[in-house]
Amino acid sequence: MSTDPTPIEAPADDNGFMRPPMDFQTRRMRWNSMRRHAVNHLVTGLALLSTLLVIAPLVAILAYLIYKGASSLNMAFFTQIPAPVGEPGGGMANAILGSGIILALASSMGIPVGIAAGVYLAEYGRGRMLAMAVRFTADVLNGVPSIVMGIAIYSLIVMRQMHFSAFSGGVALAIMMVPTITRTTEEMLATVPHAVREAALGLGVPKWRTVVSVSLRTASPGIITGCMLAFARVAGETAPLLFTAFGNQFWSYKLNEPIAALPLQIYIYAISPYDEWHRLAWAGSLVLILMIMMSVTLVRIYAGRGALKGAS
Amino acid sequence: MAAVGASAQNITAAGATFPYPIYNKWFTEYNQLHPNIKINYQSIGSGGGIKQVSEGTVDFGASDGPMNDQQLAEAKVKVMHIPTVLGADVPVYNIPGVSKDLNFTGDEIADIYLGKITKWNDARLAKDNPGANLPDRAILPVYRSDGSGTTYIFTDYLSKVSPEWASRVGKGTSVKWPAGIGAKGNEGVAGMVRQAPYSFGYVELIYALQNKMAYGTVQNAAGKYLQGSPAGVTAAAAAAAKTMPADYRVSITNAPGAASYPISSFTWLLIPTHFNDPAKAAAVKGFLTWMLDRGESEATSMGYAPLPAQVQTMVRHTIATIK
Amino acid sequence: MPQTSSSSQMDSAVVSQDAPPVHAPAIASFVPDAGPTAQDGPPSPVRQYLSTRGNGGLADKTFAAAMLVCALSIFVIVLFILTVLILRSKLSLAQFGFHFFSGSDWDPVSGSFGALPFIFGTLATSLLALALAVPLALGVAVFLTELCPAKLRAPISFLTELLAAIPSVVYGLWAVFVLVPIMRDQLGPLLYQYLGWTGFFEGYNFGVGLLTASIILAIMILPIISSIARDIMLAVPVSQREAVLALGATRWEMIRTGVLRNARIGIVGAVILGLGRALGETMAVTMVIGNHPGISKSLFAPGYTLASVIANEFTEATGDLYLSALIEIGLALFLVTIVVNAIARALVWAVTRGAPARVH
Repeated sequence: MSTDPTPIEAPADDNGFMRPPMDFQTRRMRWNSMRRHAVNHLVTGLALLSTLLVIAPLVAILAYLIYKGASSLNMAFFTQIPAPVGEPGGGMANAILGSGIILALASSMGIPVGIAAGVYLAEYGRGRMLAMAVRFTADVLNGVPSIVMGIAIYSLIVMRQMHFSAFSGGVALAIMMVPTITRTTEEMLATVPHAVREAALGLGVPKWRTVVSVSLRTASPGIITGCMLAFARVAGETAPLLFTAFGNQFWSYKLNEPIAALPLQIYIYAISPYDEWHRLAWAGSLVLILMIMMSVTLVRIYAGRGALKGAS
Repeated sequence: MAAVGASAQNITAAGATFPYPIYNKWFTEYNQLHPNIKINYQSIGSGGGIKQVSEGTVDFGASDGPMNDQQLAEAKVKVMHIPTVLGADVPVYNIPGVSKDLNFTGDEIADIYLGKITKWNDARLAKDNPGANLPDRAILPVYRSDGSGTTYIFTDYLSKVSPEWASRVGKGTSVKWPAGIGAKGNEGVAGMVRQAPYSFGYVELIYALQNKMAYGTVQNAAGKYLQGSPAGVTAAAAAAAKTMPADYRVSITNAPGAASYPISSFTWLLIPTHFNDPAKAAAVKGFLTWMLDRGESEATSMGYAPLPAQVQTMVRHTIATIK
Repeated sequence: MPQTSSSSQMDSAVVSQDAPPVHAPAIASFVPDAGPTAQDGPPSPVRQYLSTRGNGGLADKTFAAAMLVCALSIFVIVLFILTVLILRSKLSLAQFGFHFFSGSDWDPVSGSFGALPFIFGTLATSLLALALAVPLALGVAVFLTELCPAKLRAPISFLTELLAAIPSVVYGLWAVFVLVPIMRDQLGPLLYQYLGWTGFFEGYNFGVGLLTASIILAIMILPIISSIARDIMLAVPVSQREAVLALGATRWEMIRTGVLRNARIGIVGAVILGLGRALGETMAVTMVIGNHPGISKSLFAPGYTLASVIANEFTEATGDLYLSALIEIGLALFLVTIVVNAIARALVWAVTRGAPARVH
């Protein structure tokens, strides 16, 4: 068969299916088909390329961070407080402790409120206008820039108490944790089958008991994921701490006094002219990222699913 | 309060970055001598020092630009100025290939920030610096983005030497800069100038010394080109020391005298006249006395000038009035 | 409710699980009349057990009320923030009115404040960041949902999501020491040489400025857009894909007509969420944008954003008017992000019907 139309080779398409041979393809149709497949490959290539482009900065940042940070980490970093300006040595021990205190404070306030609000949305507020409004407000709160949160807490707490404090920093971060936890809790509770609840209620278990022991327990892996993600999100926050926790170059444990925090200290050191401080900033960043990544990874192992809802 | 020790005092202070290196050293040393007294000093800028002490959110503040009458009247907390040391603003620059100390006149510095001198090989700069191989590159002026006493001293000086600066920009802890980019704190400006080639900035002398940055000379009122140094600052303060007003608010920029460095200033702690907690007042007084007895002697090695003797005597009397 | 706890003993059983058993009817509150009348005869062991575990309408009511209070607290927090921002920016609102947003003067010495340069800086960096990030993010989302071998899917989504977990200040640190020199010495001159004629890459390039800030912002919002876009594309029913493929479409045609067309509203929502994040981003931008209030066509020029002016000047704003002006900037930022987020949420909801798709 040497005349046109020529049956073309049946190409295997990307799914591995063989296309039936066609006897009636014109030149135009063949060209069209080639064009379509070329576009297909082009777009596939572009998608692959963009994925590589996205992963590249991540790898670059992590590699540089590990390279710079690991060479600067030593025992002093974890045991000592900052040395006076321009003098070598010193560490960020007080900042690590400070971050721990602020985050513990934030978690102890943010997690219960967040879960409770989520329980309300999922178990009590279904279909009510109020629930819709709360859900929407939670989403709004999630989008509030952290720096605005800093101003608000400064005005509401610091100005009133007349001093900067670990407490005010904890409150700012707690508020930032709430919406993520609320929405995750709600979504997770929604996945609990109704049959399970009905079984408990049918046994005469009161509703509050059903919620706590049945619904929440069933949904707990997802809720814990949400809490850890909220934690990871606020652990690296700097902006709201600028006007609340304020920083401290000494050890500080008290909730009503200014306290050091790792991200705050990194910021101060990063913009400074001192090489020694730059070194500490890299080391601090590495420690902070390892902390956050560990919590995120734990979440993934624990929950075993793909969505990191840091953004939603 | 859950006290660590019966007399444990945690004092919060904030303000100027200009004297931060020496304050940080003082507070650390004082803490070693008196482990129960921790003075946490955050270098957020002089503007911040003035604001936070006025609001009462810190126990005391620090500034190198004295508070003006309006600020003193508006402050919720009555404060007084206690001079601690003197320092100098120096022009720093980062020009790859130029290691010579450059000469600047006040007018030239003003014009760099006014955007009128934009290249390093500008005819006026070249005339002041014969032999320096100034490149044909744009100048990146770096200024303070936060409220700053260093800026106050600098703009106070520029307002005295450049009429155009005085009318277009003026002096203050924050001003509207016609050209350049902003960086936070003396640390930030020094960091930016170190990072960015062909940049120009102003920092307290100690930041240039500690970071081994090139800094130029500035022409003083007598026409001499001087590099910032404790000696030049002391000379500039000599005249002011004799006529020191009771509230210590005095400007010594562009001071007369052949040995006077022109961009010099006192730097002040802003101490409330009355503390609610007598133990805190005692701790602050204790520190201030120690500062005059011991701390002042460390000033020169840190690039600052100690207070003139007659001012020290005045300050001792003032400290006694703190309640 | 069929019954309420009649004794205070009952309440304590509710509060403390260790309280002694109480002989009281335990009827699930949701079935008003279905419970047996418990007063007949001694309670069964099951009932006794249940009684000790707490019951009663009061407990239910208290619990429901507690949940409601927590839910309302979210409401109250947002209201509080809004109120305090409005109250504390009153001075500036009264003094400048609407001119605050059209004035370009930011002069603390003379007390004249206008926010236009900051609005410009915020919009310019955010939109440019979107322009850079959106194509890449969609590419990643398409790759992950439609093209990627199943084995690679989880590790790649994990990697892109790690980008979201890096703190802003660490991005800033990296930008200051790595990105800025690259912009100054390599990428900047290249852009000037080839695209200088557009006027967007003119003037002196110092490495810090609008373009550098936009690039770091783009890197930061990428994972947000791509992960939401991916969720939305996964929510498109498989039958859609099969239908298009069955008509003989290539894979790209299937993605274009079957997936992207169906998911387009949600994808726009994802993009707007990314915009919301970019508008409020503070630390990394502050560290590389140059902090100079000005409006310039050149992307090499330094700029200033709403968020970074607050970060730089808030603790040190002396004078009530200055402070009030800064808080008004915070208020503007708050309102803008609310509007942007509301639009985005509405769009994402429209597609996923309120129940976001879950991966796997």
